[in-house]
Amino acid sequence: MPEIVAFNTIAAGIEPEVEKVQARATQVGPRGRKPRRALSGRNIMIYGTLIVVALYYLLPLYVMVMTSLKGMPEIRLGNIFAPPLEITFEPWVKAWSSACTGLNCDGLSRGFWNSVRITVPSTIVSIAIASVNGYALANWRFKGADLFFTILIVGAFIPYQVMIYPIVIVLRELGVYGSLTGLIIVHTIFGMPILTLLFRNYFAGLPEELFKAARVDGAGFWTIYFRIMLPMSMPIFVVAMILQVTGIWNDFLFGVVFTRPEYYPMTVQLNNIVNSVQGVKEYNVNMAATILTGAVPLIVYFVSGRLFVRGIAAGAVKG
Amino acid sequence: MENVSVSVKDLSLSFGAVTVLDTLNLDIKDGEFLVLLGSSGCGKSTLLNCIAGLLDVSDGQIFIKNKNVTWEEPKDRGIGMVFQSYALYPQMSVEKNLSFGLKVAKVEKAEIDKRVSRAAEILQIQPLLKRKPAELSGGQRQRVAIGRALVRDVDVFLFDEPLSNLDAKLRSELRVEIKRLHQSLKNTMIYVTHDQIEALTLADRIAVMKSGVIQQLADPMTIYNAPENLFVAGFIGSPSMNFFRGELQLKDGRAFVHANGVDFDVSAYPSRGPFKSGQKVVLGVRPEHVRVDEALSGQASHQAVVDIEEPMGADNLLWLKLAGQSMSVRIAGQRRYKPGTEVTLSFDMAAASIFDAVSENRL
Amino acid sequence: MAGHTRGSGRPNQWLRNLNAKLASIPMILTAVVIFLGGTVWTVVYSFTNSRLLPRLSFVGLDQYERLWAAPRWLISVQNLVIYGFFSLIFSLAIGFLLAALMDQKIRFENTFRTIMLYPFALSFIVTGLVWQWLLNPEYGIQSVVRSLGWTSFAFDPLYNSNIVIYGILIAALWQGTGLVMCLMLAGLRGIDEDIWKATRVDGIPMWKTYLLVIIPMMRGVFITTLVIIASGIVKVYDLVVAQTSGGPGIASEVPAKYVYDYMFQAQNLGQGFAASTMMLVTVAIIIVPWAYLEFGGGRKRA
Repeated sequence: MPEIVAFNTIAAGIEPEVEKVQARATQVGPRGRKPRRALSGRNIMIYGTLIVVALYYLLPLYVMVMTSLKGMPEIRLGNIFAPPLEITFEPWVKAWSSACTGLNCDGLSRGFWNSVRITVPSTIVSIAIASVNGYALANWRFKGADLFFTILIVGAFIPYQVMIYPIVIVLRELGVYGSLTGLIIVHTIFGMPILTLLFRNYFAGLPEELFKAARVDGAGFWTIYFRIMLPMSMPIFVVAMILQVTGIWNDFLFGVVFTRPEYYPMTVQLNNIVNSVQGVKEYNVNMAATILTGAVPLIVYFVSGRLFVRGIAAGAVKG
Repeated sequence: MENVSVSVKDLSLSFGAVTVLDTLNLDIKDGEFLVLLGSSGCGKSTLLNCIAGLLDVSDGQIFIKNKNVTWEEPKDRGIGMVFQSYALYPQMSVEKNLSFGLKVAKVEKAEIDKRVSRAAEILQIQPLLKRKPAELSGGQRQRVAIGRALVRDVDVFLFDEPLSNLDAKLRSELRVEIKRLHQSLKNTMIYVTHDQIEALTLADRIAVMKSGVIQQLADPMTIYNAPENLFVAGFIGSPSMNFFRGELQLKDGRAFVHANGVDFDVSAYPSRGPFKSGQKVVLGVRPEHVRVDEALSGQASHQAVVDIEEPMGADNLLWLKLAGQSMSVRIAGQRRYKPGTEVTLSFDMAAASIFDAVSENRL
Repeated sequence: MAGHTRGSGRPNQWLRNLNAKLASIPMILTAVVIFLGGTVWTVVYSFTNSRLLPRLSFVGLDQYERLWAAPRWLISVQNLVIYGFFSLIFSLAIGFLLAALMDQKIRFENTFRTIMLYPFALSFIVTGLVWQWLLNPEYGIQSVVRSLGWTSFAFDPLYNSNIVIYGILIAALWQGTGLVMCLMLAGLRGIDEDIWKATRVDGIPMWKTYLLVIIPMMRGVFITTLVIIASGIVKVYDLVVAQTSGGPGIASEVPAKYVYDYMFQAQNLGQGFAASTMMLVTVAIIIVPWAYLEFGGGRKRA
């Protein structure tokens, strides 16, 4: 745009004498970007601190992996930070298929599959119920709905220990205490406050006109939910899924309280393997087992990235 | 000539590959009220932030009071700034908001009190001094924000869209107050806005910006009456200037713009240079420079049909069809026309603008 | 009521919005039966002498007297206070500091955040076991430092009853500060950019800006974070089970574990109920003032 630039200079209308004064200044004074040293004290402090902190956070993961790849003799001799002299995957195999929990010796694989059998249906059921709840609260308010919702949210702060025993009784009455079904119900119950809140807020944030337009078009409760809300809300369903999968997978207390040993989830199994008092401690097997148990939520975390942050922020800030 | 207060030399700013400002030059005189006008993303706020020192420039220099401040911190530049969102410190009372910066700069207590009470008096916010920002209305908050710039006792005030968050009525009230403030303080003021009414009413000079380039820098009347290019012509004025794309024709010592099969006689147009026959041009006429059923001496008349009428009280806006093209005309409020009425138009070509269709610059 | 008189066309009040009501049944049941009912039930039964099975034979405050006379409970409470105090202070301080560092328009922000937050994705059991290993005096940090020449170096919190709770604190901070950092960072990002500009024009040094302007502006974020940390503290259980199982001896017992052990292992339900009621009271002391501040003052939804 040569014309406009040329015009620009004219339009600025610099008086000749002023121009001279400033032409001189132009030559001497600072010009352009303020010089900054890449290694200024400020940067060294910021990045230095962050790197040290990052190393601190990474250290346990590093030690876990290193330990799990060593043989026991090397662990007894060397230090935990040293990389293995001789890499062995035997601890992993043992942790997966033959470590002993005190009850049985078929490793973590049983716990893994139990956790899968718990997590998948619990996640689906809890999200299905909570999303419909949230939808009803956001768009189909009825008298008293807010009261129940308030109780639900306040209930989220009540320590689980207070409600565990009554739930045991209810489940026993229903004949599902100790079974997978019972545990799925428990996860649905305790996931409900946060998920309902998550969905309610999300649906309430969607343009209300959309909902009104659908009603004018004659769509009812379920039609609007399945045809309009659901397709528009995939991100929040993913967030809820992340929240639930990691939460349920990581659960320990409900697993211990509400299931029989044959259904123990992976976390319980892991704790039993590592803290079992019988036999010689095999730290490499323990660490391999620990990594295996942490792997699923870690994979979810690293794959989901920002959505995970969004999930916990939504869960935490509002919860 | 007065002294130059703020001077921007060859200023460039880019974020990575995106160039926001490109070798921009601007001189602002002492005591001048300069408005940077443009739509969002044109670089006007960026320019203001560069002058304030809140953004590091990529190239070029900035002078304030003939002192090169290109590398100076904002606090050392002798500026005060008023923000769109007010940016008041919410947990501090109005008084503390005004005095906070001075206290940190270790100004004497007596001096602080003097300056705060002077600012409070000028802005008439004495009764609000003990209140928190949350207890103030939008207009009051903006006054406090101005006060915070005032107590700094500086030469140059920078306003970053200060009235955008206010409703229309308050906006026009505060506009008048800012003008009054400028008249009594006589400081240099640089004011960023996207509102052309604010620009036209407040400014000594307006710099119309687009894509990081100043399109025209002139006093409001020149900007309005003699826009330098097609962009400025279209940007200023509401409703917009009527444009007719056509071709210049010279016949019998008279000049015509031939557009849509109509010949507009533009002999009365004060052109800067001789017209070239066959040149592709855009003829621009403001709605108030067209007469309806009222002959203008020495101007040809054209037939048009009323399409829609928009009465606005003082004015009446007619939307007409002239040779198939829609155009608007502003007439007095009491003159009414029914849709479908045939009317005769005559154009005040002495007040019109003609632009080259390719370079889009004024001819 | 009024509906009936207005005409036959108006549907029954109870049938209006029927689908929404049906869909809300799980929520209503959870809220009323489990959360409200279960809590009331537990509190009521905490005044009984239930042992293996819940029985409604009231004994007044006996269970509470026994509870507060039990050394194990007293140690649990003491541990919770120490653990709670330090984890609040440190997670808020470290979390805010890290968030402030992350807010300096740094490069690799995403990488740093990913690293700081990943422990939060892990189970407390996993965290507890990793730190049990790191703090193992024979092979862990202590032995590594000793092998570097400091032969008298002692760092065995998990085996020293006096400091075992700090060993648990280290693991808890490792897992939780990332979350606090994220919350604080979100709070910092929520602060109007113009405020920062205004402080620069005013010439306020950065640390003063944080201290006098930004932190007071983030009051809400701080309180919310505080409530989240605090309610997590009261619930702490898995971590202790994994790291020390309450040991050495009963040195690292916590209330949540006390409840579980009495309900499901010692088969002394009354004690369990009384202890869990005490936990409820603690949470109420934290939550009620917060809820009052946050939602009190007649905030009504339209």
